[in-house]
Amino acid sequence: MGVNGMIEWIVIILVLFGTSMSLLSSFGLIRLPDVYNRAHATTKSATLGILSILSGAFIYFFFTHGVSSIRLLLAIVFVFLTAPVAGHLVTRSAHRYGTPLAPISVQDDLQEVYDQQKIDDEKVRPVDADN
Amino acid sequence: MFDKIMLLAMFLLSISLIITLYRIIKGPTIHDRILALDSIAYIIIGIVAILSVHLNSHAYFETILLIGILAFLSTIALSRYMERGVVIGRKRND
Repeated sequence: MGVNGMIEWIVIILVLFGTSMSLLSSFGLIRLPDVYNRAHATTKSATLGILSILSGAFIYFFFTHGVSSIRLLLAIVFVFLTAPVAGHLVTRSAHRYGTPLAPISVQDDLQEVYDQQKIDDEKVRPVDADN
Repeated sequence: MFDKIMLLAMFLLSISLIITLYRIIKGPTIHDRILALDSIAYIIIGIVAILSVHLNSHAYFETILLIGILAFLSTIALSRYMERGVVIGRKRND
């Protein structure tokens, strides 16, 4: 149990944390009632879990092989930047597509904003002068 | 023991892959399926990372980067297509 043993324990903790986060996010994917809630579950916790697993792999290869892989760092940065953007775009597309909210949800602020925008647009330029 | 824990982690990630496949098959709307495909790509990234630790080789890191880029681009393309019917459009607001 030298330095390598300690590194292995750190890698084990990071990998198991990431795995349990990913498992929890997929349970959220089947248990939650709505596409918006499911997006909340998958994008946030899957990103955290995958980042933790990739950091574990990077630490393992850095301390046992002496390889500081720039590709793995690039993958970490890329996943960290793009996964929330992808989740945001999927939910925005779902809302514009007209996917209904779950019956237990009580409030839809974005729909009010869209309605208000539509009213304002018609006030600025009338509908029959449109085209 | 380290190898056994890596195998256990890959097994748990495979279970979450199967659960996500259930959402793809069952999913009521198309956006559920897009979300589940995105989630499957990230789970596969995790499996490949743990596999490269398990096999003690750093030859699989390009795969991680490649699957990440492909997952992001395909999610963007699918959601834009579902939103306005085209993938690359010129109208800024509609």
